[in-house]
Amino acid sequence: MTDEQQPATTGSERMTYREALRLALREELRRDERVFVMGEEVGVFEGSYKVTAGLMAEFGADRIRDTPISEEGFVGAGVGAAMLGERPIVEIMTLNFLLVAMDQVINHAAKIGAMFGGEVRCPLVIRTPNGAGNQLTAQHSQSFDGWFAGTPGLKVVAPANPADAKGLLKAAIRDEDPVLVIENLPIYKEKGDVPLDPEFVTPIGLAAVAREGSDITIVSHSFATVRALHVAEKLAEEKGLNAEVVDLRSLRPLDMETVAKSVAKTNRAICVEEGWPSYGVTAELAARISKACFDDLDAPVERVGMAEVPLPYAKNLETVALPNEDRIAAAVLSVLG
Amino acid sequence: MAIAPAHTDLLAMYEQMLLIRVFETEAERQYKAARIGGYCHLSSGQEATCVGVVDAMQDDDLLVTGYRSHGFALARGTSPEAVMAELFGKRDGCAHGRGGSMHLLDTDRGYYGGWGIVGGQLPLATGLALALVRQGKRQAVACELGDGAVNMGAWHESLNLAALWRLPIVYVVVNNKYGMGTAVDRASAEPELHKRASAYRMHGEAIDGDDLEIVIDATSRLLDRAREERQPAVLEAITYRYRGHSVADAGLAYRTKDEITERQQHDPLLRTASRLREAGADTEELRAIDERVEERVQKAVEFATESPEPDVDALAWGMHSQGSDEQFARMRPGSPFGEAELVFDGGLGK
Repeated sequence: MTDEQQPATTGSERMTYREALRLALREELRRDERVFVMGEEVGVFEGSYKVTAGLMAEFGADRIRDTPISEEGFVGAGVGAAMLGERPIVEIMTLNFLLVAMDQVINHAAKIGAMFGGEVRCPLVIRTPNGAGNQLTAQHSQSFDGWFAGTPGLKVVAPANPADAKGLLKAAIRDEDPVLVIENLPIYKEKGDVPLDPEFVTPIGLAAVAREGSDITIVSHSFATVRALHVAEKLAEEKGLNAEVVDLRSLRPLDMETVAKSVAKTNRAICVEEGWPSYGVTAELAARISKACFDDLDAPVERVGMAEVPLPYAKNLETVALPNEDRIAAAVLSVLG
Repeated sequence: MAIAPAHTDLLAMYEQMLLIRVFETEAERQYKAARIGGYCHLSSGQEATCVGVVDAMQDDDLLVTGYRSHGFALARGTSPEAVMAELFGKRDGCAHGRGGSMHLLDTDRGYYGGWGIVGGQLPLATGLALALVRQGKRQAVACELGDGAVNMGAWHESLNLAALWRLPIVYVVVNNKYGMGTAVDRASAEPELHKRASAYRMHGEAIDGDDLEIVIDATSRLLDRAREERQPAVLEAITYRYRGHSVADAGLAYRTKDEITERQQHDPLLRTASRLREAGADTEELRAIDERVEERVQKAVEFATESPEPDVDALAWGMHSQGSDEQFARMRPGSPFGEAELVFDGGLGK
């Protein structure tokens, strides 16, 4: 590569979430020989959702490794390679398919550090999209973020914008522990400014105030944050309400300091997630907010998530079942009385 | 053809086998005295397989096993003190009291763990082999599994990946006739388990796992092929466990005492001792080994007894890497009772 072809490394560039992930992968593949990508269709096919497009041409079939449809096998292969000091990034086509590899994630990757008394580490990254909204129906529209975030030994991040997609994926790759990076299907095409500095990372365990406000706190992550920001703008325009949006970014560790600080200011909170709220991320948040902010709250903590049914196919049914903007707005208004 | 190991090598291996037998007998005694908890799966009767497989490995080859792991750890050279202390849940155990009987390890000797979920170790052992290839190493992985694990999906996925990617790994199926209480032919439609390898165009063979020299010969040959030609293989070592599935199982609901007695006629220790006598070892030499091993195991018990319990302030020790304290520091507000102490004041990153 000539000097003229070197990519810019200062300033920022507007790009999609998908492109930001690809940039993170490319930078880390260049930075560290131990980094390699493996998963179904990541190479020749250039990724089911094209996140890895062009990477096989640049890094070869060894580092952008196509796998058979064997999630348990290749997630486990990632666990083993990580134990020996490699930096595998395992792509799972969608979060739904990670269920067939749960034994490797929960019983193996998450246990290694503690169960072996710190004698061996597992710097594995699993990245996979969740989410719904494209009539993909019951088996392909699920969000199990809370399952993983509730497992000690794992770290779980879920970026909501292109800059954090780059920053959190890079932080995950550089981390010494197993990290699940939850992406999202509808978010892949979202655009935003992304820092071009190859050393730009978003710290794990640090939430962001995505929109400042004073009337209510909306706590969310991943695509729910995109929805929440739209709702906040709309309520400001139509009702003169000023909602603060806290984007969690990391689910485990969870930045409760930022959440509690926001609720102390607004005195009201609703928590939004793409998945089912029962026993979910919002359940955890509600419990913690109720304890940490008991004296600050002027209303009970409200939650919005996917309707508790296997997601139906018909468009009208799918629309009402998802935590759509109308449902979030209605919840905000109900909390504000 | 098996090449008979030199007399002194054979003596040393006999001593390792005897160490396993005596250690396991003592572990059962300690378990029944409630000084060992959890599950405790003994290797008694399988010593030739443990020692033969491990002795065929190079020093830098890697070992992965399931949960019947005491014998393999001892064969690999992990001290009986570190193993017994682990069984006792003590700080000086090989996993510092965090793993127990099923989760021994010794990374200095390339032993990447005893794993407790049947078949779960297979994908990650395959990944170790992938890492060796990526790192350009001329090393191989010996991955032990039981006869019960061959009906797990993880087995098929692992064999396919190993064959597809030509990984340096030998899957050693320790066929001790029963997966818990289910006989092999009641669990596997093809009870000649090594034949499964052919579905992946992989070499598979069965051997007498109670004949030390046969085990060494076959394992050496297959590990060499794995290292030099990147040809994975399945080695089925046919053996027998004398005790129950775990110490909690009397081991008689699914087999007869006569069957056990019959198998004991072909005891791997007796067979190795008889080879040694043929090779010129005398009774005094063998008696000296007996005494040394007994003493060694008693020392291990003393060591484990004396070793301190893990520090309760280090409950989360090792769970996350250094630097993670900072990542978790903001999790404290509203955390459930006890979590703040667990996560933030002890353990992490130490």
